Amino acid sequence: MAVVVGQNKMTLNHVRAGSSVKVEYLEASPLKERLMSMGVVSGTVIKVLSSAPLGDPMEINVRSYNLAMRRKDAEKIVVSLLPTA
Amino acid sequence: MSTLSVALTGNPNTGKSTIFNELTGIRQKIGNWPGVTVDKRMGYIKHDDRAISIVDLPGTYSVNARSPEEKIVIDYLLNEHPDIVVDVIDASNIERNLFLTLQLLEHHIPVLLDLNMIDEATKRGMKISSKKLSDLIGMPVVETIGRSAKSTKKLLSVFTSTVMANYKNSDLIESHIEAVAAVRAGEGKDDDKEEKVIALRYALIDKLISETVDTSNMASTSTTEKIDHFLANGFIALPILLLLLYAVFEVTFTWIGQPLADALDFIINTWFSGVVDDALTTLGVADWLHSLVVDGVIAGVGSVLTFVPLIFTLFFCLSVLDGTGYMARVAFVMDPIMRRAGLTGKGIMPLIMGFGCGVPAIMGARALDSEKDRMVSILVTPFLTCGAKLPVMALFAAVFFPDNASNVVFCMYIVGIVMAIIMAKVLNVTTFRDKQSTFLLELPPYRIPDIKTVLLETWDKGKGYLIKAGTIIFAMSVLIWFLSNYNFSGPTDEMTESFLAVLGAGVSHLFAWQGFASWQAGAAAITGVVAKEAVISTMGILYNVGDVADDTVDAANQMMTALGGSFTALSALAFMVFTQLYSPCVTALGTIKKETGKWKWMFFAFAYTCVVAWIVSLLVYQIGRLLGFN
Ligand SMILES: Nc1nc2c(ncn2[C@@H]2O[C@H](COP(=O)(O)OP(=O)(O)OP(=O)(O)O)[C@@H](O)[C@H]2O)c(=O)[nH]1
Ligand SMILES: [Mg+2]
Repeated sequence: MAVVVGQNKMTLNHVRAGSSVKVEYLEASPLKERLMSMGVVSGTVIKVLSSAPLGDPMEINVRSYNLAMRRKDAEKIVVSLLPTA
Repeated sequence: MSTLSVALTGNPNTGKSTIFNELTGIRQKIGNWPGVTVDKRMGYIKHDDRAISIVDLPGTYSVNARSPEEKIVIDYLLNEHPDIVVDVIDASNIERNLFLTLQLLEHHIPVLLDLNMIDEATKRGMKISSKKLSDLIGMPVVETIGRSAKSTKKLLSVFTSTVMANYKNSDLIESHIEAVAAVRAGEGKDDDKEEKVIALRYALIDKLISETVDTSNMASTSTTEKIDHFLANGFIALPILLLLLYAVFEVTFTWIGQPLADALDFIINTWFSGVVDDALTTLGVADWLHSLVVDGVIAGVGSVLTFVPLIFTLFFCLSVLDGTGYMARVAFVMDPIMRRAGLTGKGIMPLIMGFGCGVPAIMGARALDSEKDRMVSILVTPFLTCGAKLPVMALFAAVFFPDNASNVVFCMYIVGIVMAIIMAKVLNVTTFRDKQSTFLLELPPYRIPDIKTVLLETWDKGKGYLIKAGTIIFAMSVLIWFLSNYNFSGPTDEMTESFLAVLGAGVSHLFAWQGFASWQAGAAAITGVVAKEAVISTMGILYNVGDVADDTVDAANQMMTALGGSFTALSALAFMVFTQLYSPCVTALGTIKKETGKWKWMFFAFAYTCVVAWIVSLLVYQIGRLLGFN
């Protein structure tokens, strides 16, 4: 499993709670189109919030609403860390 | 003038049904989680002498016709050509909401944008310029607060005064549509093209937002985030969930519902029954009529009516829970467990509806993403403790476990949930070997439940229970009275020789190893298929007879003593488990047929739940005996 995709880049499932990231691109997955329709497209800023028991699924904040997804699906979202404000 | 047709569309959970209810007076279900409304619903109203028809549609994030709801929406809009399509937008969540708006505009469907929940947007520090937004896209824009009658009523004047033909897509939108058409006409795979189109839409949305929404005053961390940090974070979320459910239950059962039920029990089954009894004696009516009224109707319907306070409190609690937004968190927290059962956490939301009644829960399964999730959810819903089973549990727990009544009933709830999850897993492995479920769920902001919604909903559902008591249970009581007092040779003094005794005895053979092989239990199990409450009205009739005539005796206590005679604590527990799990009532069976479209599934639901109930109650009884209980 490629954790580090490039410099400063990683997949969303590895982002720690409280961090903000920017979406680079989405890898092919069954949920890709639905995720994109719900506003997860390249350039979108995501804040990782919390996770359910056993760490999966996770809750993120995107475009001023909260969305829950499984880590397996988050793995398909490649992001870059934003400097913490 | 012809009827003005209005359609309410928009993302899930934006307040469409709230507005619909305010405008039409109809009581659609409202809840603070996405996917509450699963089918369209029409309402009619007159305003300024103009007849208006309004349709409430299921919420959708897009209209690609990929899911049943999306199909309902787009088919309706394209085929029915409503005069006004209202795009209800959650103003505090305007970015993502505009995605659907753009899709509708691309279909050349003119929309009236309704920035609903404007109160929340303001509270969060967002300033939206409706005027600018309207100029930019070319469509009219209004602002509403769905929960305020005053605010929504204004919509009616907007409807009658707005001529959608006067509005057309702005140049900005038209050039967007051209860009979309160009992508679609270009080279490449369909999926890739669709993704490019989505990116185009969000690029335009980013532009619209930057020009119309001022977010400079928005707090970086919302209250919802802070609450979620406790309620939906890490392992601790599970015990909290259990604790909250227990609290709901404790309120229903121990604090409010049961004390009131006890009082009512005395009023109906002792006082009222006694008064009627005396009156009938004084009037000198025929013996059979006297018996029918006192031993049949009052004993049967009364034993069900006793639980009205419990039912009202339960519905009140469920409705409050529904309004807070915690439901979606339950789905979130339960997903790890549901996933291991091959299901999705989302499946929990319709199941929780099942604590009220299985029928809406079975229909609510439509909101699930895959056909498999929906089928499994439908088939396991009957295991949950619906409002009609609660009285059965309450009665038996009160008689046999007086010191632990509420805990025993809570355990029955847990048994129902656990069996639902286990059987979901079993069905998943054996019957619906399908691809893995997915889980993508919007977690709405926590809201203070709208008290008006809560009270109306509680009243409506409670009323439903009352009506059922006055119709089905009434009719059943008469029938049970007849069957338990007559046989082929006419009236019989010995109930054990009645029709019902024969029928019940036949069925009761099945329960020889469960410890409740009495004909009364068998008869109750049969009548319970018609309506679960009938289990207690049957018991009420069968164990009450003869006692009520002596009005110095507390009829309710008499019934309890009689019950105590034919069950031991352990066999009562086995009976409770059986009642908890076996066949859905006929109404629920009918709904299963309707929702799955096949008789096969209806019969399957009946048969497999009975088998499961039989096995589990057997285990309870036999293991209990091995452990030395009786
Ligand atoms: N604060 C606030 N809450 C609102 C407003 N309008 C609706 N609500 C609440 O928002 C929640 C969702 O309302 P619904 O009417 O069920 O939403 P819906 O659009 O019909 O949802 P679906 O049927 O799931 O698509 C409920 O808890 C409402 O009480 C509003 O203007 N302001
Ligand atoms: Mg709705």
